[in-house]
Amino acid sequence: MDWLSFTLITTLIKIVGLCFVAILGLVSYTVYAERRVSAIIQDRVGPNRVGLPLTLLGFKKDVSFLGLFQPLADGIKFILKEDFTPAHVKKFYFWLAPALCLVPALLTCAVLPFGSSITIPWNGSERTIPLVIANLNVGPLFVFAIASLGVYGIVLAGWSSNSKYPFFGSVRSTSQMISYEISLGLSLVPVLLVMGELNLVTISQQQSEHGWNLLPYSLRDGFDLNRWLLLIPLGLAFVTFVIAMFAETNRLPFDLPECETELVGGYHTEYSSMKFALFFMGEYAAMIVGSGITVTLFLGGWSLPLGLDNYLPKGTVWVGLLHTAVFFSKLIAFLIFFIWVRWTLPRFRYDQLMRLGWIWMFEICLANVLLTAGILWYIS
Amino acid sequence: MATKLLKRPKLTFGEKIYLPAIAKGLIITLGHAVRTFLQINAKKPKFTMEYPEEKWDAQLPDYYRGAPALVTDEHGRERCVSCQLCEFICPPRAITITPGELPKDDAFAKVEKAPREFKIDMIRCIYCGMCEEVCPEQAIFLRKDYAITGTSRAEMVHDKTRLYEIGGIRTGLVNKWNDLK
Repeated sequence: MDWLSFTLITTLIKIVGLCFVAILGLVSYTVYAERRVSAIIQDRVGPNRVGLPLTLLGFKKDVSFLGLFQPLADGIKFILKEDFTPAHVKKFYFWLAPALCLVPALLTCAVLPFGSSITIPWNGSERTIPLVIANLNVGPLFVFAIASLGVYGIVLAGWSSNSKYPFFGSVRSTSQMISYEISLGLSLVPVLLVMGELNLVTISQQQSEHGWNLLPYSLRDGFDLNRWLLLIPLGLAFVTFVIAMFAETNRLPFDLPECETELVGGYHTEYSSMKFALFFMGEYAAMIVGSGITVTLFLGGWSLPLGLDNYLPKGTVWVGLLHTAVFFSKLIAFLIFFIWVRWTLPRFRYDQLMRLGWIWMFEICLANVLLTAGILWYIS
Repeated sequence: MATKLLKRPKLTFGEKIYLPAIAKGLIITLGHAVRTFLQINAKKPKFTMEYPEEKWDAQLPDYYRGAPALVTDEHGRERCVSCQLCEFICPPRAITITPGELPKDDAFAKVEKAPREFKIDMIRCIYCGMCEEVCPEQAIFLRKDYAITGTSRAEMVHDKTRLYEIGGIRTGLVNKWNDLK
């Protein structure tokens, strides 16, 4: 009973901390980062005003903190806006769709290892808390299974809106997601072949001991030519995985489901207020979880580079927190990369998108699996 | 019509796989980002003017069309004779004039009229300048005021006092009833 309550309490803390504090907080600040980064890329300044409105309290000047309160203002705006439901929509599904968009994205973060582990004393004995919500043996498969549910939100939104632009958007989104899910799954196979493991916790652990998948060098193991040879298929897998991830999360250059110039707003044209905000948050949460998976699989998850973790004491609170910080800094760096790409590339044409997905990505991923298997066979 | 056949450009392998072009684009945007970031850090963004603190008023051209306003001449007499031409020409019908007489004791009471009330609805005004163009007395001008704000519709309607306040005195131009002519 003691063990059960301990597990329950720590898991609850992890769920609340990761899903609602870390991910949702990160979502709002990713939106802020998106606006600031897009601004500096386009030689603008961006939102730098919202801060403490001290002038309302009779002070001389407002404090703006570089506009860091902007997400708060955005949130308040979304809540206060009129929640308009058009008369011609299918009400039940119209209300269901935004939730269906956000929930899968938040669910997938359950398998993300966001730190090593922390050992704390509890009732006189030492207990280890792994810094992951669910230590599943099917990590990536779980992520794919749940993440692809996100398309239901978009499809339902488009269909229940009962007007043409949202419908087009959702149809596009469906075909795009199906096409790229294949390359997304296939591009992971080389990693799984190399690691021989589907458990994300173990994958992170191995990378922390032997060096990252994309930086296969650890001070303890020294140079290993075989692992550098494997970098060829792994690098290819990384590129294809990231491209497929962009397509999966509907980010530019693959944001055809909501391309403003053709489809007004895409699948969320008819949505307003907090329902629209849920779509927005779902999109960004999917982006964050996608980055988390990429970081875990290719960039060593929570581990320091070059196998430096071998020299750190295991399980201490400070090391655990350090690993969490490392994980989130990698995640944020990757999110900035997402944003950077978005403000660089123009949107694909639809036939180009399908061509890229089915003719190039799919074949490259298949060939990459064979290449990895060949190299592994050659090494052994 | 002559048909011009364009040849599709032959792409090299590097161009076909698209990735080098992406890398090039990323470098360009990164360059812009870093440059602008440094400018913002040095508090000197090159292209941005932080509006309420910095304004562009000094550089506004002479032909700038801001809020329309009524002017008085150098003798303090209102130029407007309430002919209502501006009211008729105004495309969005923002101007409402109530014509009236000059006070009996005025020297020009017999020869001229003046508006009893002159209202311009600044919510409707499109700053086209037609009122200025059509005015035979050169009594209405578009000034350089552009920040016309208010918290209610009523506040956005400029009445006669407000219009003369914005317009001020305008010397020269038409001098119809004085000896200088």
